[in-house]
Amino acid sequence: MNMKITRRGFIQTAGAATAAGMIGVPYIALGASKKVVVVGGGTAGATAAKYIRLADPSADVTLIEANSNYYTCYMSNEVLGGDRSMDSIKFGYSGLGKHGVKVVHAKVTGIDAKARVVKTSEGSTYNYDRCVVAPGIDFQWDKIEGYDEKVAEKIPHAWKAGPQTAMLRQQLEAMKDGGTVVIAPPPNPFRCPPGPYERASQIAMYLKQHKPKSKVLIFDPKPKFSKMGLFTGAWKKMYGYESDNAMIEWHGQQEEAGIVKVNAANNSVVTAFGDEIKADVLNVIPPQKAGAIAFAAGLTNDSGWCPIDLGTFESTIHPNIHVIGDASIASSMPKSGYSANSQAKVCAAAIVAMLNGQEPGTPSYINTCYSIAGKDYAFSVAAVYRLTEDRSKIASVSGGLTPGDASPEVFKREVAYAHSWFNNITHDIFG
Amino acid sequence: MAYKTLTRAALVAGLAVGAAFSATAAEKPKTIMGADAAMLSNTCAGCHGTNGNSMGPAAPSIAGLSPTYFEETMVGFASGEIPSTIMTRIAKGYTEDEIKAMAKFYGGQSFVKATQSFDDKLAAKGAKLHDKYCEKCHADGGQSAEDDAGVLAGQWTPYVNWTLADYKAGDREATKKMKKKLSELLEREGNDGVIALLNFYASQQK
Repeated sequence: MNMKITRRGFIQTAGAATAAGMIGVPYIALGASKKVVVVGGGTAGATAAKYIRLADPSADVTLIEANSNYYTCYMSNEVLGGDRSMDSIKFGYSGLGKHGVKVVHAKVTGIDAKARVVKTSEGSTYNYDRCVVAPGIDFQWDKIEGYDEKVAEKIPHAWKAGPQTAMLRQQLEAMKDGGTVVIAPPPNPFRCPPGPYERASQIAMYLKQHKPKSKVLIFDPKPKFSKMGLFTGAWKKMYGYESDNAMIEWHGQQEEAGIVKVNAANNSVVTAFGDEIKADVLNVIPPQKAGAIAFAAGLTNDSGWCPIDLGTFESTIHPNIHVIGDASIASSMPKSGYSANSQAKVCAAAIVAMLNGQEPGTPSYINTCYSIAGKDYAFSVAAVYRLTEDRSKIASVSGGLTPGDASPEVFKREVAYAHSWFNNITHDIFG
Repeated sequence: MAYKTLTRAALVAGLAVGAAFSATAAEKPKTIMGADAAMLSNTCAGCHGTNGNSMGPAAPSIAGLSPTYFEETMVGFASGEIPSTIMTRIAKGYTEDEIKAMAKFYGGQSFVKATQSFDDKLAAKGAKLHDKYCEKCHADGGQSAEDDAGVLAGQWTPYVNWTLADYKAGDREATKKMKKKLSELLEREGNDGVIALLNFYASQQK
């Protein structure tokens, strides 16, 4: 902060800046186009496409997405609880079109990192100067015996929102009073760390009102989970947690509580302890990895996720390709919607700088994540993040949880702020 | 005189933010601070809307606020002096210079009034109460930002309501003038007066 800039130091700094600028000059002067191809139109991809265009209207941005609509995972638990419609979590791409993003609906099959070409299933090719890959998550189908893509058509994971969400909601509605709902959360790392526990809360809220003799059982391979104290506090207040009449039971003190097998024929799960639990409604959330295109393009490492430069999100495997959102290893940000939105903006600013022959500026990141645990009862985790000087970590510089002893008024206000967050972030992404 | 006040305010602001920082500095790795105004301000959009205009129903719009008001509020959040659900956790993550940059960025955006429901009769009553109790500091029917006070006209009702509730409960320290006016309003009109005011602010949509 109180560093003295000497005359010599200043000249060196200025010289370096000029040199860096010089690299970009011939590139721009030749009139080369600023072509960006964004693969994936979820939270991260759509935000990046929009913010590149906002920062540089001369950039040629194409977004390639297989589906014509996107269903947000965030707030999909409110659909399960019955407070929200499927339509309210559905978003189209016309908003991006208004910002000058060219939206193509096709499936990307490969990326040639050397030739800088994105290929689609229809045989079309798209050249790029910079490519943004935002494929979200995929499931490790080989980890739970008896649970695969086919079985998931009857026993939903509902961890990619859309028809899966609607199916789980229908099953909850069809369930008799006195039924058992089983939720099997995945091991770390996974999309939306508090999500399985918010889901249990939302389902319990619905059951308490409509099927009060029913139960929600969670079989978890993790002894600790996100916002654990806040969730268990809320469950005690609203769902009799740890009492004789508990509507929610959580089993996870030992990792053997996690499930290893699904018997689709009788709708049951088997834990690592060997216990078989029969469910009326079963929700299996499998272990996760980066989305398929990240593997096809060779952007993943042994962890199954994509290593990146934490300041620009450029792949450390393939230059000129940036990976953002859930698929990236953005340690230590959680895999959340707001993280994806924030990373996309950092990445967009870096890409615009690079396309214009400038050094990327200083990044700043944020995450806020609300969980709605019941009527008039929500809480949040928030953090502001900065890049460490050695670029080894996106470190939290402030933040924290809603205090566990907050007043009822605070928990109530956080519901309205959670809904405000949803309205604002979806408009920021797709509007 | 004016210069002195400004210096003092800046000093207090610096201390508050500095203190929040040194608490975390010991255990945290060294991070690169000093991002530019757009980079910093774009992080707010997820909750406060793109360029600071909130889609509601509760999170306030922060576009077009006076930079002074923006800075004071952020510093108040960081020190914990101003109560909040989440902002006290977030505001500590920015340096004094960064808050100034964000204040300038949002001060340069135009405030878009919220579209929300209200009652005509209550709004008419509220208009009169506003003139009597609030207009001196929240000028132009609560629309002006130039008086360095919060913009009330067209702000989301739950936020204005909760902020007033915090003042009433004594959780948020009001200026002497506001304290006096608010207690006069409550004495004469009760909570109905507050409800009328909220309807007046919600009614201003153009």
